Amino acid sequence: MKLPDKSTALEEAVARIPDGATVMVGGFGVPGTPFALLHELRRQGRKDLTLIKNDANEAGMGIDHLLTGGQVRRLISTHIGLNPNAVALMNAGTLEVEFCAQGILAERIRAGGAGLRAIVTDIGADTDLAEGKARLEMEGQRLLVETALRADVALIHAAAADSFGNLAYLATARNFNVAMAMAADTVIAEAETLGPPGCLAPDAVHTPGVFVDHVVELSELSREYGVVRR
Amino acid sequence: MALSDVEPKKPGGADPRARMIARAAREIAPGMVVNLGIGLPTRVVDYLPADMPACLHTENGMTGIGPTRPYETADRNLIDAGGAYISTVPGSAYFDSVVSFALVRSGRLDLTMLGAFEVARNGDLANWKIPGRFSPGAGGAIELAQKARRVVVMTTHTDRKGNPKLLERCTLPLTARGHVARIFTDLAVVDVTPQGFVLRELAQGISAAQVAGATGAPLHIPDTDIPIF
Repeated sequence: MKLPDKSTALEEAVARIPDGATVMVGGFGVPGTPFALLHELRRQGRKDLTLIKNDANEAGMGIDHLLTGGQVRRLISTHIGLNPNAVALMNAGTLEVEFCAQGILAERIRAGGAGLRAIVTDIGADTDLAEGKARLEMEGQRLLVETALRADVALIHAAAADSFGNLAYLATARNFNVAMAMAADTVIAEAETLGPPGCLAPDAVHTPGVFVDHVVELSELSREYGVVRR
Repeated sequence: MALSDVEPKKPGGADPRARMIARAAREIAPGMVVNLGIGLPTRVVDYLPADMPACLHTENGMTGIGPTRPYETADRNLIDAGGAYISTVPGSAYFDSVVSFALVRSGRLDLTMLGAFEVARNGDLANWKIPGRFSPGAGGAIELAQKARRVVVMTTHTDRKGNPKLLERCTLPLTARGHVARIFTDLAVVDVTPQGFVLRELAQGISAAQVAGATGAPLHIPDTDIPIF
């Protein structure tokens, strides 16, 4: 038996994202951010996007290109403090930002990827983050119902992939990629190296290829992937 | 990865901020699992003795943090939650964000050290939102503050305009209610107790009266010798 080949050209993979799409973007800071996919999404000029990403990258990097290009209507995130452009757009009212506790964002995405509708938690139940959320009382404790998150598309960055879409990440680049790769209708992964099935040992696979629809090989890594001197 | 090329910083020196960080580093005891929050707290890692048997966690997906690395030897895939380039120690582990917060919410952290905009005398913490001005978001701070077994704060005693950050009541949206146990500042170590703020230690050259004057709520000053750091 031979596993199907999902390798796709960059332009073709990103062309599958429609205007108005909800897009999950992996990464926490630089590690795991799919800069090439984001750059192509900027180039193709898709509009009215909802992005789900842990952070807003930094000025001039990653999703900042989409934010400052006016392509994003709404951002679901945990921390945007390292990108002053994102803070300014939010303060100006041109970007709607929904803040979520970081581990709860991860768990909402995991739930979406695991076929669950919501999770129940005490995190933030006695803070402003509880506003507008359904409540539940269990064993005398006030809890929040946090809805599961799914997206139309997830954009993933892997260190290595095979053509079936099995993915492996490096160091702190796993972050949100693992959960997001399970939580979207169409999953597009970019990989620094792409080989035939078998190039990754089964034990080395972090995201099984069945979750991945398209895998894009990066011919080179742009400046954005490198060490940032602040 | 060997760490022989990265030496821990010596405690002390004239810089009050460095003294504060060095003092806060002594809060970490052998055997602890510790998360250091974005900002000043992450710098604690560089003040720990190399032979300290403790495990540092960073919420972006790693346990076993070693000292920060200079840009020249940085690994582009290896950062802490604040974006600083860090190193591994023998026994480090990587994992994704789901696992990282399973560790936090299930109570595996003995200690977390967080930054603050405001701390109240009842242990309330505000560190994620200044409405209309600067709302960076809480990142992992809500879960860290709510679920770590001990929550301490490291912050300058006053803001840039000289206004106190230790208050009777927080005025900003809260990160967590009633979880802060201790505050390390450039002026003092202050405990949060059922009676309110209690002065425990003083920074070199600082008087108890100065600390009380820079604190926005009553400060109890014990009638004993106050250690100096």
